[in-house]
Amino acid sequence: MELNFTGTDLCAINGTRSASDARYDVVVVGAGPCGIEAAFEAAKAGSSVLLVDENPVSGGMMGNDTPLYFGGRMTAATQNSERMLEAIYLSMPALETAMEAGVELLLGTTAWGVYRNGPGAHSLPEQVVGLADAERSWMVGFDRIVLATGARDLAMAFPGWNQPGVMGAAALQMLLSRYDAFAGRRVLVLGSHDLALETALMAHQHGIEVAGLVEVRGAPQGKAELVAQVKAAGIAITCGQTVTSASGGIGGVEAATLSNGDVIVCDTICVAIGLIPSIELVDAMHGPRTLVPTRGGYVPAGEAKVSAVGDCAGLTDTGFDHIAYRMDWMQALSNISADDTIICQCEEVTRADLIGVQPPNYLPRPAPMCARSLETLLKDGPVNQDQIKRLTRSGMGVCQGRRCRDQVAMLLALESGQPFGKIPLASHRAPVRPLPLKILAEWNEPAEMDAAWDVWFGIPTAWVPHEDIGTRYEDEHRQMLYTGMYE
Amino acid sequence: MSGSDVVIVGGGVTGLSAGWWLARSGVKVTVLDKFIVGWEASGRNGGGASHYASPLFDEEQRMWPQMDELLGYPTEHQKGRIIIAMTERQWEQYRFVAERHKRLNHPIDLLDTKQVLDAVPLASEKCYGGVHYKFGGHANPQRSVQAYAWALQDLGGTIIQHSPVTGFETAGGKVTSVKTAHATYGCDAVVMAAGPQIPQLMSKLGVDVPLAAARAEMIITEPAPMMPLGGVDGHKLYGRQTMRGNLAYGGGPHEWLDDDANSPAPRPSTPLARNLAKRLAELFPKAAHLNVIRSWAGVIENSPDGRPIIDRLTNPDNVVVASMSSVGFGLSPASGHAIRDLVMDGKCSFADIDMLKLSRFDDLEADWREKRGWMPLA
Repeated sequence: MELNFTGTDLCAINGTRSASDARYDVVVVGAGPCGIEAAFEAAKAGSSVLLVDENPVSGGMMGNDTPLYFGGRMTAATQNSERMLEAIYLSMPALETAMEAGVELLLGTTAWGVYRNGPGAHSLPEQVVGLADAERSWMVGFDRIVLATGARDLAMAFPGWNQPGVMGAAALQMLLSRYDAFAGRRVLVLGSHDLALETALMAHQHGIEVAGLVEVRGAPQGKAELVAQVKAAGIAITCGQTVTSASGGIGGVEAATLSNGDVIVCDTICVAIGLIPSIELVDAMHGPRTLVPTRGGYVPAGEAKVSAVGDCAGLTDTGFDHIAYRMDWMQALSNISADDTIICQCEEVTRADLIGVQPPNYLPRPAPMCARSLETLLKDGPVNQDQIKRLTRSGMGVCQGRRCRDQVAMLLALESGQPFGKIPLASHRAPVRPLPLKILAEWNEPAEMDAAWDVWFGIPTAWVPHEDIGTRYEDEHRQMLYTGMYE
Repeated sequence: MSGSDVVIVGGGVTGLSAGWWLARSGVKVTVLDKFIVGWEASGRNGGGASHYASPLFDEEQRMWPQMDELLGYPTEHQKGRIIIAMTERQWEQYRFVAERHKRLNHPIDLLDTKQVLDAVPLASEKCYGGVHYKFGGHANPQRSVQAYAWALQDLGGTIIQHSPVTGFETAGGKVTSVKTAHATYGCDAVVMAAGPQIPQLMSKLGVDVPLAAARAEMIITEPAPMMPLGGVDGHKLYGRQTMRGNLAYGGGPHEWLDDDANSPAPRPSTPLARNLAKRLAELFPKAAHLNVIRSWAGVIENSPDGRPIIDRLTNPDNVVVASMSSVGFGLSPASGHAIRDLVMDGKCSFADIDMLKLSRFDDLEADWREKRGWMPLA
């Protein structure tokens, strides 16, 4: 076969990508207090500024515990997007001030990926952030991006946690304070650090009955004044105990049992053990990050064009070691969990299968497979959560690991006898929020993209059947199947 | 120095399969990997196992249905494929390939739109038709790679992870040991199966292996209802419905890269995910509402003609070089067998693989990458 090389590979990515749909000096992701302030300041300094926030998210997304761990305890009010939008404006008067200063605001708009050239990719015309709303996705170029994505709930497994009514503290706070859309009436709170105390107080102030706080350590962990307020509200803090199970019916949780045998009637168990800085975008773009136990986990290490503000840059450092605290909870919950306790809800991975590094139930488990486990895998080298994820499917579901990623890392640390910081962070991938194919799709892609599109490299000689090489079929094959990698 | 009969450089699917085949023949095998087995392209690909252009095809087809049992671990191998045409041009091309299969006596059926929809309920009513390959199939790359690794260990083989190879010792026209930062591994023979790192490693032995690395991307959705047949390609996409139901698909333009570093490097995905999503939504309109939950990229190497290099060298004469030129996963049961034969017998026992010799590039021009436009952008 004669090939006429022209110095150009027509099937390479070169020059096929679309330009961004819009461009701003500064894009701010997350319209909480810190994001609004960053946007406002940038606009005041004369920059063109786009401020986006994914809230209000759709009811379907909330049902998938995205972005927070709502535990199915939102009322039907969350289905009404206009009411939700109004609630956001009402709860955030600073939004209006920022808009008056020239900030362009898009609510209900998710930032699902940040892309730039770097090791392994040099084909982007410029650095861009991918945005999406309920109708479409689009790409926005920027000079500087400010991540103000907040923090998300740490979920923890225990027998019965995989039912409606087990939820996170950030989700409960959002439903109570922003949307007035919490469907529970009586809440048991796990934890006694500031987050748990503040959540209990907020619930109490909103007329929700707080059945008590449960603390795994021997004494309340939060600020003394908050502990005093909780006690003054008549809310008990049970220390040195953990929850051992949640029981319930079709509507979800109805009671919790503690390790001392107490049965506490409640329709909601709020896991208020910790918040995780939301660094999905930073990690998915291979941005540098570092583990800071006093700031809640991995936080962005900081760089010129990508800054982080607010909780996603790290929780306020009060000297409290969040990781050590969570590991105490993990140890206690691990002790009381049964083999069949589900760890990954999306993929229904049990604790025994996770530690056993076993495949999902729809696959066979011959004897050699059954003989494998985390223990045997550790003989090959240090534990890696992404490897465990691929083998067990824990974290591979539609919640994108928001419910189990962090607790799996803790469980792996516990089971492998390693400090938490030795377990490599399981990678985040774009889109960092679940996005329907039809929304993610670039429907109006450039003609150059389609022209370069081949199923696999488009090398004319690669797929010629070996029997046909040197026969008349070889040229026929090329003419029919290749529009010409090289003209 | 720890002695070993064969040291395999690279714990990707090709190296692991070779190691497994050698261990089955009673050879003491050590596999060295720079990071974790199957971490690169071997664990990131579309899982296809239908490489009818290759001289290794018959062996690929013979082996896959037996692999779960032989390895002792599940690979999720499923038989059969359907390719669906979404444009008139694609239909013309796919029928051309179908004719070829008939000529070579590969069992295929041409499907009209209705038959496509019966077999692939998510497919588009606007499709022109499809070709059902009653051969080939697909498997789970990550699970299969680990299965090879575990099966190799069960046969007494050794896998050393987190150990990039740093060099070799040679004597009398043979490699006598392979070195990493931490240890030296004595050997009677070496299998070089390090993918994109082959050129830089082989240059240490004075052997020029022309390979160029490139990045390709895939996306995956949340689970869809299970279709009767999961190995569905078409519309210039490749991929599969996993046994869990997810739709995992790739295709489209690649990006040529510089020679790859030794250590695990970032494998960034790009907004190409949007172009993949567009085509997947067109191929499966009834799945267009499904969420994409991940995208990823992998780096693969290609030889100048896009065909594998599987060759036992003459100097040093105890080294087998194996690059599958971007189609390693599906062919792995066969490539491992061929490599085993070359290491032990000097000749492939089941197929004529002379066309895969490195020497076909002896007269390759120095600027072969430039001529093809296979140059990195940076």
